[in-house]
Amino acid sequence: MAKLRGKFLELVPAVVLFVAIMAIWQAAVSWGGVKPYLLPSPRSVLDAMLDTSIDWWGHIWATGLAIVGAFVLAAASGVLLGTMIAWSPVLSRALMPFLVFLNTLPKVAIAPLFLIWVGYGILPNILMGALIGFFPVVINTAVGLSQIDHDMIDLGRVFSAPKWKVFAKIRIPNAYPYILSALKVTATSAVVGAIVGEFVASQTGLGYVIVTSQSSMNTALAFAALIYISIIGLLLFAVVGLMSRYLAPWAEGTDA
Amino acid sequence: MTSEDRLDSVDNISILLDGVSMTYGTASGPVEALRDINLAVRQGEFISLVGPSGCGKSTLLRVVAGLRERSAGTVTVDGQKVMRPIPNVGMVFQAAVLLKWRTILDNVLLPAELAGLNPRNYRQRAMELLELTGLREFANKLPRELSGGMQQRAAICRGLLLDPKLLLMDEPFGALDAMTRDEMNLELLRIWGEASGARKTVLFVTHSIPEAVFLSDRVVIMSPRPGRIDTVLDIDLPRPRTVESRITPEFGALSLKIYDMLTGRQSGDAPRFVPA
Ligand SMILES: Nc1ncnc2c1ncn2[C@@H]1O[C@H](COP(=O)(O)OP(=O)(O)O)[C@@H](O)[C@H]1O
Ligand SMILES: [Mg+2]
Repeated sequence: MAKLRGKFLELVPAVVLFVAIMAIWQAAVSWGGVKPYLLPSPRSVLDAMLDTSIDWWGHIWATGLAIVGAFVLAAASGVLLGTMIAWSPVLSRALMPFLVFLNTLPKVAIAPLFLIWVGYGILPNILMGALIGFFPVVINTAVGLSQIDHDMIDLGRVFSAPKWKVFAKIRIPNAYPYILSALKVTATSAVVGAIVGEFVASQTGLGYVIVTSQSSMNTALAFAALIYISIIGLLLFAVVGLMSRYLAPWAEGTDA
Repeated sequence: MTSEDRLDSVDNISILLDGVSMTYGTASGPVEALRDINLAVRQGEFISLVGPSGCGKSTLLRVVAGLRERSAGTVTVDGQKVMRPIPNVGMVFQAAVLLKWRTILDNVLLPAELAGLNPRNYRQRAMELLELTGLREFANKLPRELSGGMQQRAAICRGLLLDPKLLLMDEPFGALDAMTRDEMNLELLRIWGEASGARKTVLFVTHSIPEAVFLSDRVVIMSPRPGRIDTVLDIDLPRPRTVESRITPEFGALSLKIYDMLTGRQSGDAPRFVPA
């Protein structure tokens, strides 16, 4: 109980600052002469967020799906590639040059190509997010699988443990904190990628809302969409945080 | 080989090293770690290896276990020529190297899992070992909740789980404070089977001369670069050894003798600094 109260007290400064910023912001727009198309008042942003003439759920669903899809794809392909690299030096030498090349590309610039390759819809946005987010997972997976005490490896050899068993029992759990810390970065990249995808071409999604708000100079609408995007991003971040606590409780508090 | 060794019957020999050499290939050229090592270790014998850092003690343990390939000579363990990692050796290293995500009990059970045995059948034995080393209440704790000494004891339990006949220990107590270390020495002798007679064969690397004298039947003194066996010294102190063994004149004389050999000091000279 006391612990919970302590947590609430910790939040107080941030809440106070938030309320102060909101008040100053509202005052600046209401009485300070700041033009609403430059900076909408908090009130009008809230109105836009609750505006039922806009299909918010549809946009949130589309963007949420793209973000989660991008995240899952980046995580799965990253872990798979990282494991292949750690598994065999030959695979590592074969794959690494391509991965490094791919990573040096300005990935956002590939977005229009995805449209040509896979057409309109949610898929190009998923691919964009996954492309931006997968590389750190590859690297951290490979590093986490390899950062094993040499004595531990000798211990595995003494018991003639097959390679897959050493992976399953020793290397993979060892890599969890590394993978999870990469997934935190990937959660952010998935959001960026999905939104960029929607910017390039789409008829739905929060990124699309922002693009349309630009032509009508409806800044409040853009702010409302941004807030929904960050809520999705924060939720994803929280899920990764929960995964860390569940999968790698031994690494809590350390940054693997 | 000393003449005394040759008198032993072959089945009495646990480890036989015959002309063993070992050279590491490194980026900056070959490093000769061991040269022409000859040693016969009897079943149930407790042997300590002492010598300056880098003289190849760790390498020797790993060559015996089949974890490193020798460049010349033969290694025979229980009558079998060692060609690959030999099964069921108890290995204990200077660091406990416990898996941080496993409880102490699950760490102790790891060898069973790695060897493809059903860990359930070893639970009771694991708990007995934890009891023996005073870790029973810590069975379900994670390693980070234990002190360094307790972690090391857990590592020893892990090394003993499958009841290996051969124990290879590489400075297992190097990181412990002196008091804990003395306690662990007594415990190790108990586990080894000093009183019962059903003794394991132990190769034990240490930097501590008193520790080597206290534990061993024989102490192997190695000289550096390349690592060779300088002298093998019999420790004929009575067993079972006790805390009092350490204060006998024989204990002091043997310790000083090893000290002299390691430092090249002539008996009667003033003591010099022992290179670590
Ligand atoms: N993996 C390795 N690669 C190359 N050289 C090594 C390796 N391990 C040990 N050596 C070298 O072999 C020699 C003996 O090392 P080691 O067996 O660890 O000695 P000790 O355990 O007595 O300190 C040292 O000169 C060391 O630098
Ligand atoms: Mg060593």
